[in-house]
Amino acid sequence: MELTFLLEQVVNGLVLGGYYLLIALGLSLIFSVGGIVNMAHGAFYAFGAYVSLEITKYLGFGPAVILSPIAVGALGILFERFLLRRFYTADPILSLLVTFGLAMVAEQLIRILWGAAPLPASMPASLKGPVMIGDFLFSRYRLLLLAVVAVVLAGIWFLLHKTSFGRVVRAGIQRPDMVAALGIRLQPYMTTIVVLGVGMAAMGGALFAPIAVVHPAMGAEIITVAFVVVVIGGLGITIHFLPAAGEASMYVLMILILLFRPRGLLGERIEKFE
Amino acid sequence: MIRHDRRRVLQAGAAIAGTCALGFPTIARGQADKLKIGHLTPLTGFLGALGEYAVLGIRMAEEEINQSGGVMGRPLEVMSEDSINPATAATKAQRMLERDGATVVMGEINSASALTISQVADRNKRLFMSIGARSDALRGKSCNRYMFHVDIPNTVMVNAVGKALLRDNMVKGKKFVTLTADYVFGHDLLRAAKIFFAANDGNLIDDELVATDVTDFSPYLLKIRQAKPDVVCSNLAGNQVTNLIKQYAEYGLPFPIVGFNLNTADAWAAGEGNLSGTWPTVWHHDVDTPGSKTFVAAFIKKYGKPPENHAWIEYVSLKIMAQAMSETKSTDSEALIAYFEKGAQFDILKARKGWFRSWDHQLMQEAYPFTVKPKGQAKNKWDFLALGPAIPGADESLEVLAPTREQNPCTM
Repeated sequence: MELTFLLEQVVNGLVLGGYYLLIALGLSLIFSVGGIVNMAHGAFYAFGAYVSLEITKYLGFGPAVILSPIAVGALGILFERFLLRRFYTADPILSLLVTFGLAMVAEQLIRILWGAAPLPASMPASLKGPVMIGDFLFSRYRLLLLAVVAVVLAGIWFLLHKTSFGRVVRAGIQRPDMVAALGIRLQPYMTTIVVLGVGMAAMGGALFAPIAVVHPAMGAEIITVAFVVVVIGGLGITIHFLPAAGEASMYVLMILILLFRPRGLLGERIEKFE
Repeated sequence: MIRHDRRRVLQAGAAIAGTCALGFPTIARGQADKLKIGHLTPLTGFLGALGEYAVLGIRMAEEEINQSGGVMGRPLEVMSEDSINPATAATKAQRMLERDGATVVMGEINSASALTISQVADRNKRLFMSIGARSDALRGKSCNRYMFHVDIPNTVMVNAVGKALLRDNMVKGKKFVTLTADYVFGHDLLRAAKIFFAANDGNLIDDELVATDVTDFSPYLLKIRQAKPDVVCSNLAGNQVTNLIKQYAEYGLPFPIVGFNLNTADAWAAGEGNLSGTWPTVWHHDVDTPGSKTFVAAFIKKYGKPPENHAWIEYVSLKIMAQAMSETKSTDSEALIAYFEKGAQFDILKARKGWFRSWDHQLMQEAYPFTVKPKGQAKNKWDFLALGPAIPGADESLEVLAPTREQNPCTM
């Protein structure tokens, strides 16, 4: 009984970890390729949730989860073209400050557009309720969430490791100067990476809207967790053995990793950051 | 070309500055006798959504009072600011009293911030009307002579829901699990809940303290499932309650859920079809009195949405303060305290009038339990709550639900 409970909590933590990974991966990609610490990443997550609620009104929940990331991804093109592009070669602290400011502006923009009060959001009734596997209880919605996240992550992995696009991006991460010497412009690749990154964050927002409060500061809430996941190492597993200690254990783990393996558990060695 | 533009900008700037120098002194003289009220409320963080309604409510009262001639012939000016956290709240309260010319300080929802502001009020010997904070401790061991309380205390909220639970045979011999907001308000609410369980043979088998920034309740829900309680009970606050309600519906646990604290904005944010159970409230826009109906209609006309309980309470609080200042013809703390303590009656848009108890400065008023309307009956997204009858009943004293002097002693 005790062991079952422990296992149930671990699996539950893994499911949630997979979800956080959706948000953290974009953050990590943008940092790896462009050297930008994107503090505005949470804002795209929040926009994803709000835009999905607007789309849900007209087309329903399913299309909203697909269309909202596309709409916010399009916003990502402007974000990259007019803002990020100026900071690739600058001191990272500058891009950090600019995106931090942008996050605040975005939060206020949400307040102006949709009001400070949280917006109601429900999932379709068919997705509600538990699924029992043996003695384990899962939320049906979260299993679906896990499936969606798995598909998206597999797609990203394929894109980065099995396509010519991915080869250039990976080369660009390690030696942007060599890629340039070979006559390849990294710019369009960077735009695509940012669109993918903020699109994934928006999808995270759209998927989480039915189970968490949709409010203007939701982006600021998620960004801390996303950063911790990135620091801990590419693969985010938040451990929830003890509910009360769950929040703290995440940061303890981060401190240990920063001390003993600053690259992250599964992080690659990136030459330009060494 | 650039130089030319710059010159024109400078000229325009000088023109504006000149107008200011000539025009503003007269306006400033005209406004010199404004009666300033310091207003602090959380506008960000887990109570921020409630604070937004608080500001809308007090603004509306301010406008109405000023349209009908102000207080003692002077217009009111409510200076609203985000109280942010208990330490900042205290600093801002001190600044408002000392530098900004505030006569009194009003507001707050967060009990921890209300406590620090009350200490500032006490030091400065100026009035603090604590409008939306509910901890019993503020009325008890932390009470002070300069603080008055408008919202119902935790004990009343517990008793309001408790009455409905007792009626439905959901307390005696039943196993309860509680989730409690991990700050002064939650601890205080848990204390009141424990007193209620003990008095009525309820059996509290587990309690979880939940940090105010927690958004994922799944680990708690799994733990609740293992505990197999008869009733799950929420002592949470703000966004926490909304998250719990949504995820409780998501996991579809079979145990009935009730709560000792819920604000209508938090319920609205959960969305229809997620909320169930019995909850307490201090006011709701369906309260069936002529005063409430007029207020709700005017609020909807002005802001395009119905008022939340924090909008109502801020509205009536400023009216209470204006009445006290007009009647005493004074803004002096001692005169106002004497007026409130002698039991002056206030129209708070409910069936019965409210008055402050002299020994703990608590406004005595009706409260209401509410449940959720059956699916499909809501006329709009604000309409899915079913308001219960006012308690105490018309034939009972308003004090029957409130903590007694023995339960929550206060020495000023």
